[in-house]
Amino acid sequence: MSLSEFFNMGGYAVFVWSSYALTLVLLVLNWFLPYQQHKQNLRKLKRQFRQDNRNNDSRT
Amino acid sequence: MFKWFVKWFHRFGSPPYFYRLAGLWLPWLTGLFTILVVAGLYGGLVLAPTDYQQGESYRIIFVHVPAAWMSMFIYMVMASCGIIILVWRMKLAEVVLSCAAPIGASFTFLALVTGSLWGKPMWGTYWVWDARLTSELILLFLYLGIMGLYGAIDDKRVAGRAVAILAIVGMVNIPIIHYSVEWWNSLHQGPTVTKFDKPSIVWSMLWPLLTMALAFKVYFVISLFQRVRAELLHRERNTRWVEELVKS
Repeated sequence: MSLSEFFNMGGYAVFVWSSYALTLVLLVLNWFLPYQQHKQNLRKLKRQFRQDNRNNDSRT
Repeated sequence: MFKWFVKWFHRFGSPPYFYRLAGLWLPWLTGLFTILVVAGLYGGLVLAPTDYQQGESYRIIFVHVPAAWMSMFIYMVMASCGIIILVWRMKLAEVVLSCAAPIGASFTFLALVTGSLWGKPMWGTYWVWDARLTSELILLFLYLGIMGLYGAIDDKRVAGRAVAILAIVGMVNIPIIHYSVEWWNSLHQGPTVTKFDKPSIVWSMLWPLLTMALAFKVYFVISLFQRVRAELLHRERNTRWVEELVKS
């Protein structure tokens, strides 16, 4: 089987490859967005924590 | 044995323990997923023979069927969480239920679209309003409904109980999806793997299919853990363990 034959998928290339492409997109999104969200939440909390500490220090 | 299980159940359900455990598991799960998906794709796209009736178009099966299985599996996970929420009021179950919904919706959407893309060349149409397709579409609306309801209620403890009830009630749809192709006339083919008989699919096509299904399951756990970790941090932002985590 040649490479171009493989990509042609017996004439069904559009249907087969768009199925696989959509799968890829959804899997990447469902991995990346939560990953990003977790990082963001952690960063936000760290900033908040530092701010609280500074406020406490200035009060004493 | 039972006592041990109860103890484990309580420990596992505690947010700091789950947060840490999920963090430890994530790299291993990601490695396992990579191996499974590479093997499954190679087996499905390269090694598996051409179908004698459908030609190469049948290769959509290796994403379509695992996605459809996941759409039902994730719903069952959510309904189980719903029962845990109503019986034990477990906070972690609320977080898992709400975090699983968008992943389940994605897989349901994927099953519907890849099914369409397979239907066009084989049936001659992207869509028919028959029992299998319609009940799967209803499943998508159930997922979206759960996400909407959870987002609409500000008190997350109340929201958790509300979606628990919705998830449990919606469970009637699951056997309808599975048996729709037997109970009603449908363009959709009957089950080839999930039946009591021997699977009516040759081994060289079956093993990539099962490998992809397993890869999708592992993927679900990865995505879920990531989401749950983010949500736990946010929900428990005023607790001791989050403070200690942030401090370090």
